[in-house]
Amino acid sequence: MSGGLPPCVRLANEIAAQFAHRAPDEAATAIANHLKAVWDPRMKQALITHANSGATDLDPTAALAAKKLQAPS
Amino acid sequence: MVELGMPTRTVLTTCAYCGVGCSFKAELRGDELVRMVPYKNGGANEGHSCVKGRFAFGYASHPDRVLEPMVRNTLSEPWRKVSWEEAIGFTARRLREIQAAHGQGSIGAITSSRTTNEEVYAVQKMVRAVFGNNNVDTCARVCHSPTGYGLKQTFGESAGTQDFRSVDDSDVILLIGSNPTDAHPVFGSRMKQRLRQGAKLIVVDPRRIDLVRSPHVEAAYHLELAPGTNVAIVNALAHVVVTEGLVDREFVASRCEDFEAWEAFIAQPEHSPEAVSDISGVPAEKIREAARLYATGGNAAIYYGLGVTEHSQGSTMVMGMANLAMATGNIGRPGVGVNPMRGQNNVQGSCDMGSFPHELPGYRHVSDDDVRDIYEKLWGTPILNEPGLRIPNMFDAAIDGSFKALFVQGEDIAQSDPNTQHVFAALGALELLVVQDLFVNETAKFAHVLLPGTSFLEKDGTFTNAERRINRVRPIMAPRTGKQEWEIVCEIAQAMGYPMHYDSAAQIMDEIALTTPTFAGVSFARLDELGSIQWPCNVEHPSGTPIMHEDEFTRGKGRFMETVYVPTSERSTRKFPLILTTGRILSQYNVGAQTRRTANVAWHAEDVLEIHPHDAEVRGVSDGDLVALSSRVGRTELRARISDRMPVGVCYTTFHHPVSGANVVTTDNSDWATNCPEYKVTAVQVDLVPEPVADEAAREAVVAGGNR
Repeated sequence: MSGGLPPCVRLANEIAAQFAHRAPDEAATAIANHLKAVWDPRMKQALITHANSGATDLDPTAALAAKKLQAPS
Repeated sequence: MVELGMPTRTVLTTCAYCGVGCSFKAELRGDELVRMVPYKNGGANEGHSCVKGRFAFGYASHPDRVLEPMVRNTLSEPWRKVSWEEAIGFTARRLREIQAAHGQGSIGAITSSRTTNEEVYAVQKMVRAVFGNNNVDTCARVCHSPTGYGLKQTFGESAGTQDFRSVDDSDVILLIGSNPTDAHPVFGSRMKQRLRQGAKLIVVDPRRIDLVRSPHVEAAYHLELAPGTNVAIVNALAHVVVTEGLVDREFVASRCEDFEAWEAFIAQPEHSPEAVSDISGVPAEKIREAARLYATGGNAAIYYGLGVTEHSQGSTMVMGMANLAMATGNIGRPGVGVNPMRGQNNVQGSCDMGSFPHELPGYRHVSDDDVRDIYEKLWGTPILNEPGLRIPNMFDAAIDGSFKALFVQGEDIAQSDPNTQHVFAALGALELLVVQDLFVNETAKFAHVLLPGTSFLEKDGTFTNAERRINRVRPIMAPRTGKQEWEIVCEIAQAMGYPMHYDSAAQIMDEIALTTPTFAGVSFARLDELGSIQWPCNVEHPSGTPIMHEDEFTRGKGRFMETVYVPTSERSTRKFPLILTTGRILSQYNVGAQTRRTANVAWHAEDVLEIHPHDAEVRGVSDGDLVALSSRVGRTELRARISDRMPVGVCYTTFHHPVSGANVVTTDNSDWATNCPEYKVTAVQVDLVPEPVADEAAREAVVAGGNR
């Protein structure tokens, strides 16, 4: 159930669930790479903004992935 | 058909329905189509046909066809018939105005799997070169996008591995979430023929499809799994292969990589049939026996359909099947492989042609500088190196206000996409919706411009079927609208200030061949010469490639991927205790826009809800009763059919008719990797609709369903 989450958060949480078996940093890298490959820039930006707002509804690994997206690679 | 008289001439063309892509001789009397005769030398069908391709072509001359462009400023205004010039000018001006006001990324397009490769290529080029963004997606998003993702990750190419003929060499067929005798009848017959010759069948499906038991065919095993547990089952099958010493060590060592890590992963006890039995409802011993049969029964082939892809782990499941095929060495020769059954005639082609927002034609990522360079030089304009919006993202962005205009080519998203209420809200929020279609479909109710499209009898181009076979579609008459669909797209591009021009569809294919390595050897002349070509077609394979990955995988080594089972968040609850899954029947096709406008409605006048006798009894529902079907997002009504083809707790319906609108209840859950919607799992409740109301609704359903 989406529970009224913004789409970028709902989708990022769904992706994070798939990598939950990996170590957090490794999982976050995999998630960030996936988002880079298939997300429109406005969705990545919305996720970064949401993560930076300190919201608690974002999966912690997805939040870490958002940080990695933000960092210049 | 008899009343149409005797034919006077014949045109060889390709069926407009499913992904089998049968070749037909269209027999004409003057310009009127008299009959469709399956073509003996057709590579996909070899002289066979089904009830749709053979008989359901009357929609092309149905009085509902729109033949003139129509425009309106707001949805409350009536449609105004206008000239092509006005419709194209209006569309181009509004698109540019909206971009000026809301940004380059505020517009986009959706391509269709029912149009030709050339038509799709033109639309994605318009988006990339003229709109200046990558907001192009295809209706394949909602069916086989996980196939593209999963097979690319593991094998390196987003396509099935075999030709249809390959099934004649199969000893074991593992059929997962696919019902070929209804959805892909001509291939279904071919499979049946092989099964009658003694090949063994394993069916993985919650529903007892016809192939489980029908005259002269009986499945060796039917793994009747709970919807949503595919990945758990495929992992259990692989677990048996690894732990019982059934791995093809030589194949794995010479052809694959990342095997050791995967082997350790899949050998974990959580993947054992005994552990998975609780999750899936399939007895452990049955899983073990099925795995042994697949691994040791000779040539083993996997065929699968939307019962694999339309799940929250659709992509994971595709990778899981690829793992299983590699571990047992079932890749790279006749009789084996991993094969998607494609729903529409050009699903493969629309994906090949660069319809995905992150990929240029030939599945090459937009961030690849070398690939972009090819198109930037040829098209004389920069191409954005960031992915664009996918269809569900477009809907979300329309609701949040950053996406304002959409061009939809031949797809009825309002009926076919999940969570209808959400889709309606998104379409209603657009400032401009342009629909190119044969009919005023459900989506057109939200449109400002309707550009009349051409039927397959008027198109000149190519379709690519599920076996990567490029077939010619030849026109039997001039476009009844006066223009080919790609011409309209070119004229919009020109009106937006970009010089896009082709003299013919053949010229578009030449550009595709020039820019896409897998199509390098393809041209209309070559297709006319060979009949059809299975890509890749290039210097090494000048006549095409019936079977892929023969000596090495497209990506070099086949890659094993860890496939962790993560249950869907869509679960039955006290309020919604049943699981609804969806599918197709033989006589109708998809949203039914075509088949509902033919005499085929005699075989399927309305969608019904199949429900298990036990679930029906506790609700006081009898066969033929009108029932309300509700989920957390919506509610619809349809007639019940009592059937034990589904297990207790699972019900089933088709989605061919707008009046029942199965997608009113489906949710916005989707595959994690591709956002392919989870059509196959929705928690629902079913209630009997009280009689007096039922009578009235039934009358309405008959009027709306029967006379359209």
